[in-house]
Amino acid sequence: MQVPAYVEYEKATSVDHALTLLARFGPEARVLAGGHSLIPMMKLRLAQPETLIDINGLTGLSYIEVTDGELRIGAMTRHAQLLDSAVAGQRFAILHDAERVIADPVVRLWGTVGGSLCQADPSEDLSAAFAALKATMVIQNLTGTRTVHAREFHTGPYETVVAPGELLTEIRIAIVPGGGSAYQKVGRRVGDWPIGAAGAAIWLDNGSDSGTIADAGIGLTAVGAEHFSAAAAEDFLRGAPATQETFARAGQIAAEHCRPVSDQRGPADYKRHLAGELTARALGAALARATGAGPLPPVQRSPGQRSPGSPRPRRGGS
Amino acid sequence: MQIAVSVNGTEYSRVIEPRLLLIHFIRDDLGLTGSHWGCDTSNCGACVVWLDDLPVKSCTVLAAMADGRRVLTVEGLERRGELDPVQQGFAHCHGLQCGFCTPGMMLTARWLLDRNPDPSEQEIREAISGQICRCTGYENIVRSVRWAAEHESAAADRDHHGLGDGSEGDDLA
Repeated sequence: MQVPAYVEYEKATSVDHALTLLARFGPEARVLAGGHSLIPMMKLRLAQPETLIDINGLTGLSYIEVTDGELRIGAMTRHAQLLDSAVAGQRFAILHDAERVIADPVVRLWGTVGGSLCQADPSEDLSAAFAALKATMVIQNLTGTRTVHAREFHTGPYETVVAPGELLTEIRIAIVPGGGSAYQKVGRRVGDWPIGAAGAAIWLDNGSDSGTIADAGIGLTAVGAEHFSAAAAEDFLRGAPATQETFARAGQIAAEHCRPVSDQRGPADYKRHLAGELTARALGAALARATGAGPLPPVQRSPGQRSPGSPRPRRGGS
Repeated sequence: MQIAVSVNGTEYSRVIEPRLLLIHFIRDDLGLTGSHWGCDTSNCGACVVWLDDLPVKSCTVLAAMADGRRVLTVEGLERRGELDPVQQGFAHCHGLQCGFCTPGMMLTARWLLDRNPDPSEQEIREAISGQICRCTGYENIVRSVRWAAEHESAAADRDHHGLGDGSEGDDLA
């Protein structure tokens, strides 16, 4: 039987109350949101907080809205709410692509957007999606609010810039015309963490009529990409023509710059292959959406299948 | 700590350790063993119950998180002495063999039908994709949920299933 170690429990009734509790209980306190990552880790003693501060009562942090040219997502928004949000899907289809392949429908009812980000698992999907979208995180403490770029949010596996006494409250994404976005994930089974996944956002010059890339964002997860992104590939894309050849080259650059490790989900060279291939595919799907060509069907291949011409992956580690 | 939880319409007040998982509270503290404790890792879904209006894998929430909320377990699915259409569907279509996954499957199916009274086979399979059955190959579970959908639409004038204080007609969908 797996049960968490002894822990104290406090129920926060407001953001200020949560911040007061976090300040009082110090660095050994952990925020309890959906709990669908934290509680399993507590069962395994990978996390052993002294105090849990339950913020499930903070329903005011559960919202998705467009304000001042930004999509704003409250940190306590459940995965299912983000997946159900028409405005989020219209503006940033990558979010729906990613949410559709996070865990399973029942887990998505409880797991939260902010909790997933703060858990900071190196294979987490939304971290890559928000990195691709160049989102901004809003962090609150008792003295005020600060904002951090998505790519400065994670400081390492299971580590973020959210300090003891602080709470992630909101994620903001600037709405820029001429954009499209998509997410492509390969996993061993439905609902599992990815073997590798890539998100892409693309913005075309002068809106969607031109074929030149004004800006692009690439998010990578589970493949050891620095800050869940691929900065060199993005540099290559800026000003380039939006073609499959460009995307294939960007994928190669992204693959060269990531540092995947072999584990039970697959060998490093296969993950590197996925980083390149999925980056190219996500860019292609993002372009189709930016130009109104409509969404491409999501690609979810099992490791046994391969596209023509791609190197044959070695067998996985298990 | 002291918690007060409404389970299948009955109020329970208990002193618990904060680390107690909801599934163990339901089974061991309340003696409601219809909910099954399976994989312990949020993968199998045998422990699915409703917390307020939504299904949850009760091995992955603390009983403390249910304080002040409503829980629905398989024991609370029947209404007025009659099995829920989902339960009837599982009986009619042989939706179970060993029965271990069944309570969780039925609670998720109930939630699906409340949101989507006429789900396609694909929608049913998606809804239960976080739950594992090792007997049926899922075919008869899908048939059971379809059976419930079809028989429910025929009996649409019946009170909607609800939970809470035991009063009938609560609309929680």
